[in-house]
Amino acid sequence: MARSSSKDAQDLFRALWSAYAATPTNLKIIDLYVMFAVFTALIQVVYIALVGSFPFNSFLSGVLSCVGTAVLAVCLRIQVNKENKEFKDLAPERAFADFVLCNLVLHLVIMNFLG
Amino acid sequence: MAQDLKPSISSFSLPKTLKLKTKQQELLIRVATLALIYVLAFITRLFSVLRYESMIHEFDPYFNYRTTLFLTRNGFAEFWNWFDSESWYPLGRIIGGTLYPGLMLTAAAIHSLLRFLRLFVHIREVCVLTAPFFASNTTLVAYFFAKEVWDSGAGIVAAALIAICPGYISRSVAGSYDNEGVAIFALLLTFYLFVKAVNTGSLAWALGSAFGYFYMVSAWGGYVFIINLVPLYVLVLLVTGRYSLRLYVAYNCMYVLGMLLAMQIRFVGFQHVQSGEHMASMGVFFLLQVFFFLDWVRHLLSDTKLFQSFLKITVTSAVAVGAVALGVGMASGYISPWTGRFYSLLDPTYAKDHIPIIASVSEHQPTAWSSFMFDFHILLFLFPSGLYFCFKRLSDATIFLVMYGLTSMYFAGVMVRLILVATPAVCLISAIAVSATIKNLTRVVRAKSPAVQSGSTKGTSTAKSSSKGVVDNSQPFQRNGAIVLLLGAFYLLSRYAIHCTWVTSEAYSSPSIVLAARGAHGQRVIFDDYREAYFWLRQNTPPDAKVMSWWDYGYQITAMGNRTVIVDNNTWNNTHIATVGRAMSSYEDEAYEIMRSLDVDYVLVVFGGVTGYSSDDINKFLWMVRIGGGVFPVIKEPDYLVNGEYRVDKGAAPKMLNCLMYKLSYYRFGELTTEYGKPPGYDRARGVEIGNKDIKLEYLEEAFTTQNWIVRIYKVKPPKNRW
Repeated sequence: MARSSSKDAQDLFRALWSAYAATPTNLKIIDLYVMFAVFTALIQVVYIALVGSFPFNSFLSGVLSCVGTAVLAVCLRIQVNKENKEFKDLAPERAFADFVLCNLVLHLVIMNFLG
Repeated sequence: MAQDLKPSISSFSLPKTLKLKTKQQELLIRVATLALIYVLAFITRLFSVLRYESMIHEFDPYFNYRTTLFLTRNGFAEFWNWFDSESWYPLGRIIGGTLYPGLMLTAAAIHSLLRFLRLFVHIREVCVLTAPFFASNTTLVAYFFAKEVWDSGAGIVAAALIAICPGYISRSVAGSYDNEGVAIFALLLTFYLFVKAVNTGSLAWALGSAFGYFYMVSAWGGYVFIINLVPLYVLVLLVTGRYSLRLYVAYNCMYVLGMLLAMQIRFVGFQHVQSGEHMASMGVFFLLQVFFFLDWVRHLLSDTKLFQSFLKITVTSAVAVGAVALGVGMASGYISPWTGRFYSLLDPTYAKDHIPIIASVSEHQPTAWSSFMFDFHILLFLFPSGLYFCFKRLSDATIFLVMYGLTSMYFAGVMVRLILVATPAVCLISAIAVSATIKNLTRVVRAKSPAVQSGSTKGTSTAKSSSKGVVDNSQPFQRNGAIVLLLGAFYLLSRYAIHCTWVTSEAYSSPSIVLAARGAHGQRVIFDDYREAYFWLRQNTPPDAKVMSWWDYGYQITAMGNRTVIVDNNTWNNTHIATVGRAMSSYEDEAYEIMRSLDVDYVLVVFGGVTGYSSDDINKFLWMVRIGGGVFPVIKEPDYLVNGEYRVDKGAAPKMLNCLMYKLSYYRFGELTTEYGKPPGYDRARGVEIGNKDIKLEYLEEAFTTQNWIVRIYKVKPPKNRW
C-alpha cells in the first residue's frame, strides 16, 4: 500500500513536471516570483510562531504584503496567459498597468500600516 | 413639486428604450432623464427644510454634527486624537478611535471645497444637505448597476425607483445627518464595482471595488454585510459550477486590498483577521486558492486517474489544515466569537433574551408587515416578479443581485432599520421586472403594425401551438390586452410616486426635535421644547455641570447644551447605563446616593403628559428598569408592575408611584388641568389620571420646565449640613 502510493506520487510529480515544462518563459518567471512571495510569507509566519506577534500591525503588513504580491501576480499570470480565452480582449499591456496600479496601492497602504 | 416630476420621468424613459430612433436621441433622452432623476432625488428630501428650518434631526446626527464641527475647527490630527471628557462622565470617550469617520470627513471635505470655491456656507448647511446629495449620487450608481446587470432601460427605472423609495428616504432626508445616508451610496458602489470586476475580470475594477469597500468601512458598521455577502456569493458560484478565473481575480484583489485598507480605520482595526464575523471571507479566500490550484493542476495533467488521487490528498490536507487553524484560533481566544448584534441578526429572539440594551431601541425591533408595505409599496410584489426575470436570464451578475435581494430581505424582516439595506436591492430587482414587462408589452403592441406575419411568428407559445386562423383572431385581443396592461403598469407606477411623496412629506420629514401637532382649529402648533431646554442649560448652568438623563438625550445635550453627560447614545458601557437606570428607578434617597457618587448636578427628564407626546421617559421607563436590573439585581421588574400590567394611575405599584422617574415626571403635575372636562393631573399621553398627585421632593429641586412641560430639569441639592 505504502509502496504503491509513493510510486503514485512519483508518477504524479513526473507527469506534473513534464506538463509544466511546456509553459512559456514569461509565465515561468511570474511563477518564480509567486513562489518567492509565498516563501517569504511562510518564513514570517514561522518567525511569528517562534518569537510572538507583538507589533501585530507590522506582522500583518509584512505577511499581507507578501500575500497581496503573490495574489496580484497570480492575477497577472491569469490575464496574460494566452490559453485563457476569457481574457482575450484584455491587452497584456493593460493587464500589466492594472497590476502596477494595484501594487502601488498595496504597498502605499502597507507603508502606512507598518507603524 | 416632486409629484409633478415623476410621471414625466416615466413617460420619458419608457418610449426611449422601445423606439430606438437614433443613438444620439436615445442618449440625449437618457442623460436628460437621469439629470431629472438626480434633481428629483435631491428636492424630494427637502420637505423638512421647507416645513421647519435647516436643522439637524433626531439623536445620532447631533453627535455627527458635533464631531464635524470639531473637525472643521481643529483639523484632522486633533480630531483623530480627540479624547472627549464631556460624555460618559467620569470615564470619557476616545472619539477618534471609536467612531466611523467617513461621514464627518466627507462633510468637512465638501465644506472646504465650497470654501475654496468662495462659497462661504456654514458647516451646518453642509451637514443638513449631505444625505440628499448622496441620495442623488446613489441614483446614478443604481443606474449603472442595473445597466450592468440587465440593460440601460432597467437602469433608468431603477434610478427613478430608488430616488423616491420611502425605505431609503427615511434615512436620508435633509437634516438626517447620519452614517447611513453616505453608507448606502458606498454599499451600492462597492457592489456595482465588484459585479463589474467579476464581469470583466479586470484588476482595475476590483481595485475600485476595494476603495468602495474602504469608504463603506469608514462610514458605517454595516460593512459587515458586504464582507459576508461577497464570500457567500463566491461560494454559491463555486458550488453551482460557475467558477471562473474572472471571479478569482475580482475576489482576491478586492479582498486583500479591501481588508488592508479597512485596517487603516482605527475603530475597525484588526477585526478582519480576529473577529468571527469576518472569518467567512478569509475562509473563502483560502478556499479559492486551493480551488484555483486544483483547477490548474487538472489543466496540466491529462490523466484523470492521477488527478483523482492528487485531488484526494490535497483536499484532505487542506480541510485538515483549515480545521486545525480555526480550532486553534477559537480555543486560544485569538479569534473572537460573534458579537451579540451579529447573533441577534441571525436569531431574532436572541437580543430579547440576552441584551436588553439592543432590544430597547425601537429601530431594532422585528419588522411589521405594514412597515414593509409602507416603505416599499408596489415594489413589494414587483420584487418576486423581478426575481423571476433574474432567474430566467441567469448570469453571474443576476445571481449576485438575487443573493443581495434575498439576504437583505431576510435581514429587513429581522430588524426595522435594515429595511434600508434591502431598499437598493428591492429597487433594482423591481426595476428589472418593470423594465422587462413593459418592454415585452410594447413589443406586442408595436409588432402588429408592420405585418400580420411577423406578429404571428413573434406570438407567445400558446399562440404558436394553435392554428393559423386562431392566431390572426387572437392578435387584436392580445394587442388590446397589452395596452390595458401597459396602462395598468403606468397607473401602478404613478400610484407609487404619489405614495412615496405622501410618505416623505407626512412620515419621514419631521425632525423629531421640534414637534408639530394640529391645534383645535386645524392650525399647526409647534413644540420647540427640546431646544428651549438645551438652550436654558447652555445659558444658566455652570460650564462644568454634569447632567444626568436617559441615554437617548445624551448626544443632544452635549451638542446643543454643551454640558457634560453621564451616558449617551453610544451605548458602549452597559454598566454605566445600568447605573443611571438604577438611579431613575430607585426611591429618591437611594437615587441621591447614586447621583452624588456620579457628581450629578442636574437631572433631565422628558415628559409628554401635557402634550400627549408618547415617546417620553415614562413610556421608556420599563427599559430603564430592565437594563438597570440586568446589572443590579436590587431592581426587579415585577415591583413596578401590577399583575404584569404597567400603569401610572391609582392602581399602580407603590414602588412605581414613588421612584425617582415618576416623581420627576409628575412633580406639580397634580395641580395642572390639561384637558377640559378632565380632573387635574390627567396624563394625556397615557390617558389616565395620575396616582400620586402630592409629590414632595427632598433632595432635588425643580430648576426649569419648558413651555409645554416636555423637558423638565431638576437641580440636585448639595448635601445637608451635618449639624
